[in-house]
Amino acid sequence: MEGLPILSLMMCVPLAGAAACLFSGAAAARWIALGATLVTFVLGIALWANYDIGGPQWQFTERRDLFEGFEYKLGIDGIALMLIMLSVFLMPICILASWESVTKRVGEYMAAFLFMEVLMIGTFAAQDLFLFYVFFEAGLIPMYLIIGVWGGDNRIYASYKFFLYTLLGSVLMLIAMFWMVAEAGTSDIPTLMEYGFPAGAQTWLWLAFFASFAVKVPMWPLHTWLPDAHVQAPTAGSVILAGVLLKLGGYGFIRFSLPMFPEASAQFAWLVFVLSMIAVVYTSLVALVQADMKKLIAYSSVAHMAIVTVGLFAFNVQGLEGAMIVMLSHGLVSGALFLCVGVIYDRLHTREIARYGGLAINMPYYALFFLLFTMASIGLPGTSGFVGEFLSLAGIYQTSSLVALISTTGIILGAAYMLYLYRRVAFGGQTNADAAAMPDISAREWIMMAPIAAAVLWMGVYPESFLAPMRKDIATLDARLAAAAPASDARLAPGTPRAEAANALGHHGGGDEGTGHEGMDHSGGSTESAKEGAH
Amino acid sequence: MDFAASFALVLPELVLTGTGLVLLLLAAWGGDKAARQIAIAAAAALFVAGILIVPGLHFGTDGPATLAFGGLFKVDSYALFAKALIYLSAIAALMIAPSFFASPSAGIERGMRAEYPVLVLFAAVGMSLMVSANDFMSLYLGLELNSLSAYVLAAILRRDTRSGEAGLKYFVLGALASGILLYGMSLLYGFTGGTSFAAVRAGLTGEMGTGALFGVIFVLSGLAFKISAVPFHMWTPDVYEGAPTPVTAFFATAPKVAAVALTARVVFEVFGGQVAAWQQIVMFMALASIVFGALGAIGQENLKRLLAYSSINNIGFILLGLAVANADGASAMLVYLFIYVAMSIGCFVALLMLRDEEGNLYETFTDIRGLSVTQPAIAWALLIFMFSLAGIPPLLGFYAKFVVFQATIEAGLVAFGAIAIATSVIGAFYYIKFVKVMFFDEPVGVVTGRSEASHWTLLGLTALIISPLGYLLTPSLTDLADKAAASLFLAV
Repeated sequence: MEGLPILSLMMCVPLAGAAACLFSGAAAARWIALGATLVTFVLGIALWANYDIGGPQWQFTERRDLFEGFEYKLGIDGIALMLIMLSVFLMPICILASWESVTKRVGEYMAAFLFMEVLMIGTFAAQDLFLFYVFFEAGLIPMYLIIGVWGGDNRIYASYKFFLYTLLGSVLMLIAMFWMVAEAGTSDIPTLMEYGFPAGAQTWLWLAFFASFAVKVPMWPLHTWLPDAHVQAPTAGSVILAGVLLKLGGYGFIRFSLPMFPEASAQFAWLVFVLSMIAVVYTSLVALVQADMKKLIAYSSVAHMAIVTVGLFAFNVQGLEGAMIVMLSHGLVSGALFLCVGVIYDRLHTREIARYGGLAINMPYYALFFLLFTMASIGLPGTSGFVGEFLSLAGIYQTSSLVALISTTGIILGAAYMLYLYRRVAFGGQTNADAAAMPDISAREWIMMAPIAAAVLWMGVYPESFLAPMRKDIATLDARLAAAAPASDARLAPGTPRAEAANALGHHGGGDEGTGHEGMDHSGGSTESAKEGAH
Repeated sequence: MDFAASFALVLPELVLTGTGLVLLLLAAWGGDKAARQIAIAAAAALFVAGILIVPGLHFGTDGPATLAFGGLFKVDSYALFAKALIYLSAIAALMIAPSFFASPSAGIERGMRAEYPVLVLFAAVGMSLMVSANDFMSLYLGLELNSLSAYVLAAILRRDTRSGEAGLKYFVLGALASGILLYGMSLLYGFTGGTSFAAVRAGLTGEMGTGALFGVIFVLSGLAFKISAVPFHMWTPDVYEGAPTPVTAFFATAPKVAAVALTARVVFEVFGGQVAAWQQIVMFMALASIVFGALGAIGQENLKRLLAYSSINNIGFILLGLAVANADGASAMLVYLFIYVAMSIGCFVALLMLRDEEGNLYETFTDIRGLSVTQPAIAWALLIFMFSLAGIPPLLGFYAKFVVFQATIEAGLVAFGAIAIATSVIGAFYYIKFVKVMFFDEPVGVVTGRSEASHWTLLGLTALIISPLGYLLTPSLTDLADKAAASLFLAV
């Protein structure tokens, strides 16, 4: 695979597919889209197989001088690799989910999805600050169309809200990017990740980036666009929104906010914690009273993403790894839950929970899959949700017991609203005749659900496959953050220093890691505010 | 004085003027039947004039060798860049006109009047003079030649009351603005003792008196009217709505380029030593144009009025580049101008293509509901233009905003840039409303009119430039704009 520009190829295939879809009829467009996404997925597997774990930090790098002002420069590390894999894995499933439910303007629909895939891969692979921005922001166009053209009854309000919220967040980030490039003299992301911006400037830059990523994640109180967008979007649109687009916010934190502005991140950790704690409790409670299934899952997404942000700003390896696994897991699980909603929505054309009941009787296989994904969402051991949430909460416990305590209520509340949802939909008597007459899942729906179920279990049982590529990058990030890490309230007794990194495996030691996250010896003036937030 | 050298420098203008005079005679004798041939000849003349400036544009020219007629006229790279844009816009205005005037939208008078191409030619000569002006006298001559042609163009549909109203409004307010400009020029002459840019600049060094300051402000106000920057923008929506659509397309492009280029030359070459005196004014105009252009557009139902406010909004971003007051800002401004011209031509061509079977133009939001079903090609092209105008990547309109904001931030005007970019989100609202009407609403109006090949060509070309493929143009575009900006700052 040496010399083959595989990342560009992964973007060209769906792009060519999108162009072909625009000019073909409904049936052809479906097959073209499926073919293009499958080819991209195969390329993604090749990418993962050829990714050299423990090799250089940035692999598959490409660069071309195509434009003025910024460069076409791609490359991935383990974190980006995993998120790209998530995108290309979910994409064929999205196409299958829209196979029968979308009958209006199929060619344009498929083109919008394929274009979205190009942009998602580009966002994760971009190594130039402005190239990242272009891909990040361009996603607004296809998503606006997907919600607005193929969405539900209140789609126009939802599409406006989605577009304007996200745009307002990200233009401030653009101003910050200009300032950074003027200051550092380069728009190269790897260089900027090691650049030390003055602490005073970091505050402003961090806030500007936060405006963008907090909307995207979304964090309370900027989350209100998400339930609207989810409810109105078609099933596949919700899957992509929950599965990948929300991850752009988390990716933004881990790629930009944390490594580029470590001091400001420590300074504002309390803000992230407070917002996340409110989000976990508040949105979980809101989810509990929802009558609309999609809205319930949308609110649960906000709560889960709050666990991600808590993990990210824990400033230790467990927190970062946990945040990444929660992101991957949530991408799979919430996507799958939206698919589950889509399956019964296609049959009965309502998302109202009360209209269903007793589906376990007439749709046993459906109920089985739904149960698995419900359990994964709750974080049952053996599923991906458990691994991520456990690591995140373990990480934050080390930093602040209070934040850990409150965040953990999210797990309990999550169990409450998910089990309550499941009971009302799948268990109980068959109160509605039309719901009782629904056929079980078809072969197409089997093909959609089974791979996600397999991935969820795989990640739950053997997370090492997913952690291994990211291990070194997270260790590097942790080392970068060590100096700025806020004081933790876990009164760890200083022991004998470890010879190798906390997350290193036996066969390759990491000497490049700081030990700051283990000790109590870092309590500078800049960390006072973090303490306040914690107590 | 070496007249041969001077005439060689003004060769493109000579071609245009000569052709214009000959075509005027042909129009007088041939009548409106010959209008189409005259339009083709006029476009050919503009094309030849465009070819003549290519070498200078490509290799870059500046310094004393570019001065003609004793310093009245200056043919540097900067002027050539603006001229290229002006000639291209004028050609586009000629290409889209015939089928419009042949349709019932043109009112009782069917068919294009033979004066239309001739007036466009004379306006182009006037604009050439404006961007090459190196003296307040030649500046005023060019401005008036352009304006007088434009007043007549706005009112060219004599029996259409809206067109007549537009022409009259434009004339009265334009005359007022010219008066203000002239008064400012006379003040500057009185306080500095010269009319050439170099002389006025020399007279404005050091502490500036109140009289000279008033001169600066009056000149800027007069020019702001011509570029329709807030607070001198009130005429724009009325004139845009009332004037025939091809004329509106022309007004939105070529005269804007000329007036912006002229304003930039005046502020840098004449007031370059007094940056503090004009920078605040330009900054205010930029922000006010962005905000009022966006707010004014929100309630509009008429598409031409909407595009009028959109052009005010865009002028705000162009002025942002000017407010930076350095070569980077000027270069960004020129790049923005190029992209703005491409987007505007594309939008207006698309509007001209929205017709019913009899050829009546559709002009309101209600008419274009569900356009993506009835006319997908036009709807997708308009979608590209609208997202591009809103500055959403990966379309080229983003690049325009990118360079302007980059120049702003690099010059240290961070707060100013942040406010400007935040207000740009207001503008996004009505651009996405445009997309919403075309794509999300159920179709009502049936757009069935067939369009000419020339319309499709222009639409395809502009859409291609604005599409992400347009980024491949950016290296050469930036190169030309940098050369042009450098020649502007050579005199400083």
